[in-house]
Amino acid sequence: MRHHLFEWKEGLLISLNAIRANKARSILTMLGIVIGICSVALMATAINGIDKAFVDGISALGADNLYIDKYAWFSDEDFFLMRNRKNITMEQFERFEKLAQLPLAVAPTILTMHKVLHGDNYVEGTLMTGTTDGYVRTTNFNFARGRFFSGLESNGARNVAVLGSEVAVHLFEKQDPLAQEVKIDGIPFRVVGVLEKQGSNMLGNFNPDNQVYIPIGTVFKYFRRARDTVTVVVRARSTELTEATKEEAIGMMRRVRGLLYDEKDDFSVNTQEGLTTEYDKVVGVIKLVGLFITGLSLLVGAIGIMNIMFVSVKERTKEIGIRKAIGAKKRTIMGQFLTEAAVICLMGGLVGLLLAVGLSMVINKFLPTSVQVNTIVLAITISLLTGIVSGLAPAWTAAKMDPVEALRYE
Amino acid sequence: MNIINLENITRVYQVGSEEVHALDGVSLKIDRNEYVAIMGPSGSGKSTLMNIVGCLDTPTGGQYVLKGTDVSDMSDNQLAEVRNREIGFVFQTFNLLPRATSFHNVELPLIYAGVPAAERRQKAEQALASVGLKDRMLHKPNELSGGQRQRVAVARALVVGPSIILADEPTGNLDSRTGEDIMTLFHEIYKLGNTIILVTHEEYIANHAKRVIRLLDGKVESDKQVADHTVPKREN
Repeated sequence: MRHHLFEWKEGLLISLNAIRANKARSILTMLGIVIGICSVALMATAINGIDKAFVDGISALGADNLYIDKYAWFSDEDFFLMRNRKNITMEQFERFEKLAQLPLAVAPTILTMHKVLHGDNYVEGTLMTGTTDGYVRTTNFNFARGRFFSGLESNGARNVAVLGSEVAVHLFEKQDPLAQEVKIDGIPFRVVGVLEKQGSNMLGNFNPDNQVYIPIGTVFKYFRRARDTVTVVVRARSTELTEATKEEAIGMMRRVRGLLYDEKDDFSVNTQEGLTTEYDKVVGVIKLVGLFITGLSLLVGAIGIMNIMFVSVKERTKEIGIRKAIGAKKRTIMGQFLTEAAVICLMGGLVGLLLAVGLSMVINKFLPTSVQVNTIVLAITISLLTGIVSGLAPAWTAAKMDPVEALRYE
Repeated sequence: MNIINLENITRVYQVGSEEVHALDGVSLKIDRNEYVAIMGPSGSGKSTLMNIVGCLDTPTGGQYVLKGTDVSDMSDNQLAEVRNREIGFVFQTFNLLPRATSFHNVELPLIYAGVPAAERRQKAEQALASVGLKDRMLHKPNELSGGQRQRVAVARALVVGPSIILADEPTGNLDSRTGEDIMTLFHEIYKLGNTIILVTHEEYIANHAKRVIRLLDGKVESDKQVADHTVPKREN
């Protein structure tokens, strides 16, 4: 064992010497690995960032929430059959709310899109969620200013609005929006609250930052017909209780909808798991393609290493002969060249990683992200492996050289 | 006791479609503490014989017993171990590692033998001192004269205490005066009880040995003790 350690230490010294002796060549070769590792690390970092944004977005909306809807969000069920289902009305919601015992909170929601305006600033096609005061308890919202609208305001169908952070910035810039007036489709509303930034661009329009929340009664009063369908948001008391809450919700909803025992559900209970599955389907492919493409640049770097190692073996034929003559075994010679390839790759990998950390700070301005510890470990492992794999063929060429031939080489 | 016992050694090279018999049935016995010169014109097979005796190459036929062990059919790795322990090479072109110091060059066989650092240092220093280069330990080969380089090579050959010192034209790249110094060094080493095999084509070099074996066309032509071999005068 000690034996191997001496040999390995000798191998390490030789490789450092060889790298120093051929500085320009080593640095150019390393550059391939630097670029390869940097791009792989950045890709991994970007993926981490996208995932984090998605998870943050989901949890702001309440990760365990159930959504009772006329339509199944993610399913292969026939859309036209679902369209023939009866709408879920506000009366049905109110009966459901009384019956359901398990949920922490329930709220009806209805979506609508309108132009929101304050002074000269406006946002076209802003998504409005019409809901009740109970809605805020189904979310993890924090407020930058003010509060969510009250039961009184909700029941009274008052013209009050809660703004998402982006909407607030667009309309009011540096001003304080609280108690100011905004016009939704020309109808005046008073701002009672502004949400803190929820920090997720993954959800697009559904991102709370880009939304406005108004009482559901107000929506029916101005924008929608009274019998339009609503989506019921149900929040379970805990993750463990989600399944039971779902069972109860289905049972109660069947009662409210007056379904007989042999009739199929004429509504769907959606979860964000469905959303996550969809996300994984789409983003999973993008991740794989991204890592594959960046992996290609690493492959190019690895080929560069292999090439230069072949040159190095050829150049040092005489040295290999000398070492063999005085007792170096195959594995000693092999180890020497593998170590050299690994050292070049490791150095390149570390520089690439540093570069990636620097660049991720720039990316951080657009997508909140940072180089994760697992990315660092992965990048170092990959660069070591790259060195060993690309050094394998040249090292073997060196190890199996005939000492007589090698000594004769000039 | 025979340290080297060659029985009917043949070595055949395939050159294109032609077979070349570099060694054609060579039998030799060499005892401990002999001083042997192997001579012959180029193409006589003396390099091939040296490679086989030095375990750098294996014979096509015949048997080679080195220190009681048959090495004729050993694997590459086993041969590497035998070279490391039993054989000290001195080459015409010195064959030192150019980027390593004298000390490191001499230390290298000990690294491959798995000797711990402290012991390596002591042995390498001792070997360099024995060739008179203790003060050149940290010089690299390009900072040394030809004679000094060959002395480093001799120190490297001696450092593991091998059974045989195998010298291939050791004075070939040196001027005659420096060559004479190296031959003096070999004589001293021989006097200390080492076995030396000298491969050369120069009569006056071969005359330093006590026994001269002449090869011709892959066969032993003559094998004689030298009565009046040159004993170099010790320089003071």
